[in-house]
Amino acid sequence: MGLTYILKRLLVMIPVFLLVVTLVFFMIRFAPGGPFSSEKKVPAQVLKNLEAKYHMDEPLFQQYLRYLGDLSRFDLGPSFKHSNRTVNEIIAEALPVSMELGLISLFWALLIGISAGGLAALKPNSLYDYIPMSLSIMGICLPTFVVGPVLVLIFGLWLGWLPVAGWNSWQDRVLPSLTLGFAYAAYISRLTRGGFMEIRHQDFIRTARAKGLSEKQILIKHALRGGILPVVSYLGPALAGIITGALVTETIFNIPGLGRFFIESALNRDYTVVMGTSLLYFSLIFLCNFLVDIVYVILDPRVRYE
Amino acid sequence: MKIGSWRLTLCSVFGFVILSILIGIPLGSAQSAVPQILNLGNGGEPKDLDPHITTGVPEFHILMNLLEGLVNKDPKTLTPIPGVAEKWKLSKDGKTYTFSLRKNAKWSNGEPVTAQDFIYSWTRLLKAETASEYAYQGFYIKNGKAFNEGKIKDPAQLGIKAIDPYTLEVQLENPTPFFLSLLFHHSLYPVHRATIEKFGSRWTRPENFVGNGAFILSKWEINKVVSVKPNPYYWDKGIIKLTEANFYPIDKHETEEKMFRAKNLHSVDDLPLEKLPLWQKDSSGVFKTHPYLGTYYYWFNCNKAPLNNKKVRQALTLAIDRDRIVKFVTRGGQVPATMFTPPGTGGYQPQARLPKDGSQFAKAKQLLKEAGFPDGKGLPTIEILYNTSDNHKKIAEAIQQMWKETLGIDATLFNQEWKVYLDNQHTKNYMVSRAGWIADYNDPNTFLDMFVTNGGNNHSGYSNATYDQLIEAAKKETNPKKRFAIFQKAEDILLEDLPIMPIYIYSRNYLLSNEVQGWHPNIEDIHPLKYISIATK
Repeated sequence: MGLTYILKRLLVMIPVFLLVVTLVFFMIRFAPGGPFSSEKKVPAQVLKNLEAKYHMDEPLFQQYLRYLGDLSRFDLGPSFKHSNRTVNEIIAEALPVSMELGLISLFWALLIGISAGGLAALKPNSLYDYIPMSLSIMGICLPTFVVGPVLVLIFGLWLGWLPVAGWNSWQDRVLPSLTLGFAYAAYISRLTRGGFMEIRHQDFIRTARAKGLSEKQILIKHALRGGILPVVSYLGPALAGIITGALVTETIFNIPGLGRFFIESALNRDYTVVMGTSLLYFSLIFLCNFLVDIVYVILDPRVRYE
Repeated sequence: MKIGSWRLTLCSVFGFVILSILIGIPLGSAQSAVPQILNLGNGGEPKDLDPHITTGVPEFHILMNLLEGLVNKDPKTLTPIPGVAEKWKLSKDGKTYTFSLRKNAKWSNGEPVTAQDFIYSWTRLLKAETASEYAYQGFYIKNGKAFNEGKIKDPAQLGIKAIDPYTLEVQLENPTPFFLSLLFHHSLYPVHRATIEKFGSRWTRPENFVGNGAFILSKWEINKVVSVKPNPYYWDKGIIKLTEANFYPIDKHETEEKMFRAKNLHSVDDLPLEKLPLWQKDSSGVFKTHPYLGTYYYWFNCNKAPLNNKKVRQALTLAIDRDRIVKFVTRGGQVPATMFTPPGTGGYQPQARLPKDGSQFAKAKQLLKEAGFPDGKGLPTIEILYNTSDNHKKIAEAIQQMWKETLGIDATLFNQEWKVYLDNQHTKNYMVSRAGWIADYNDPNTFLDMFVTNGGNNHSGYSNATYDQLIEAAKKETNPKKRFAIFQKAEDILLEDLPIMPIYIYSRNYLLSNEVQGWHPNIEDIHPLKYISIATK
């Protein structure tokens, strides 16, 4: 039944998680340069002291075991670059920002995406189909680093309605979440349209129609559930990506989210932050996919837990 | 088919969007209600605010307001003016300074700043466990280097002594004419002992921070903002006009420039290259440009053939048109480097020894011929290494093309990610490598002592005994005129041997709102907040 399935999924996660820890740990260590290499030569003594401070003078495998030990206590260690903060603190500060941006963006994406996709599916091969679908192709093709600055230019600088960057008031949330949401809305609209188009010709819809239900009832009671299935399966990775992977949007709007740490830490060889953000990303993807699988079962009567 | 209800939904969605934007109008523009708040774009996120740990410019811009050294700098002329020290005396041999500390200098918790605070702080800077990358700023103090390297264990042997709580005596290794100017550097600021001992590396958090500067740290949100407020215990608090200053870390120059245009910022730390021509034409007075104490250059690996041949290095150096590079590639008011030390560094005016333009192309060809590679025949392909960046790439391409046109030689370009590039530079695994040097202090020594044999920052493998002797002699010379003459001699040797190829002298290009008063553009780019105010209309 459901519970054993959930337990099984969680158990599978443990070895995969360990594998990810190991891979990331050693991969970042093997990259040339280190957290302390800098343009000005660091004297050997200073380097030795720094390495001792972060236990980097120990053999690599011992460092790995130490990391695993700390990890089991949910201690992700101190950051190398931001020396008065721990990785836990950095994540605690940046993750809520990313979550907020991600969830608002996702709201836009679903609202715009499903409405546009549904509209297109209801009247295929008409203007109601062509216009949203051409817009969605644009949304897929235009990267956020084009959409973002253009929105800023129009609403921030020319019209002066919204702030150009920052993360303080609710107005600050509008442009970045639209920028990020637009790209996802484009995909979602196409997936929705595809899902609806497919389901329109299914037997159970024909049955419903034969029963004399109105189009509206068919749409809401029968077609919607099946029609948005592709969207639901897309949502898992999309949600994880939208939360951690909003680097471009975060830099354009100067938002203190997690995406910037994800990239910066790799460039700075900030080993502990690389580990922390990667593991968080992995856990998020896992969690989102897991939730999606459960929602899938609820939505699609043909799918059962195995 | 009830399309109508769908249309209704869509309409209400767009209606909601438009409505929310409309509501935003009054709130969005209700800004700058309080006049004396300064908002600055400040480059990258500060790594830390511990003056003995940080190395970057963004950190320095904040720290110079949170902590105060023995001397300050006049914001216009950059000459040392009293800070925590009210006055000072220099001994005849130029090696002993006696500083008289002002009695009203206080920490932000109300405790007095004493000579002991400086002894604790400088010992901390030099202590091996601190692992300060700027420890060498303390090497001018007697026994500073030996203590840092563990050759002397007892900190009492350092050349710093408290004669009484308000008199500090500092003995130097050598007469160091730039020592006073050095005292403005963050590595020699005092730190509050009890706070550090209580909080460890977390003492720089706003809730813990105790400083002695004109401002105190009031907020620090990572990647968002660092805010400072006036220090109520500061001895010169009467001069402070700002009620708050916010330093915004902004990675993207485009974002920063837009925030300035939207009046969210009073200053922009740097400008996107493609926007420079536009701002240069701007007549509103917000665009500022001036030379900066730094040189952009290429290293030649002197251990690697054919660059171990002096004539090849000379040929390559003479074969580029620096004027064209600054006019058509960098386009930001940079000055062609006809010397290595930026003119005016600490008052030193080096002679121009390299051609500004293509006037010595013929000589370059001749030199290459003498080196045994007529018209570049037989010369291996030169590899240029640079860290990944569009600007470095454009410059490297221009140089590649100039070498091809003038000397007929081939060069290939390699770009590497920052840390990989550093690694290769430090292990001398390159032929030609891009570099830049920004002064640590305003004196030619910071540029020229880099090239001594086995110097920590000498990545070329260059070694010249006469050069080493000259740099050593300059350290002992107390007469400024004679000292500069020695530096000129050393620089002449450097520009003859050419372990490096100077390209241009950096410039600073930034935007500053006309509302900001008391901000003086200067070569060191120092703008203490205590002198700054915002004009009220």
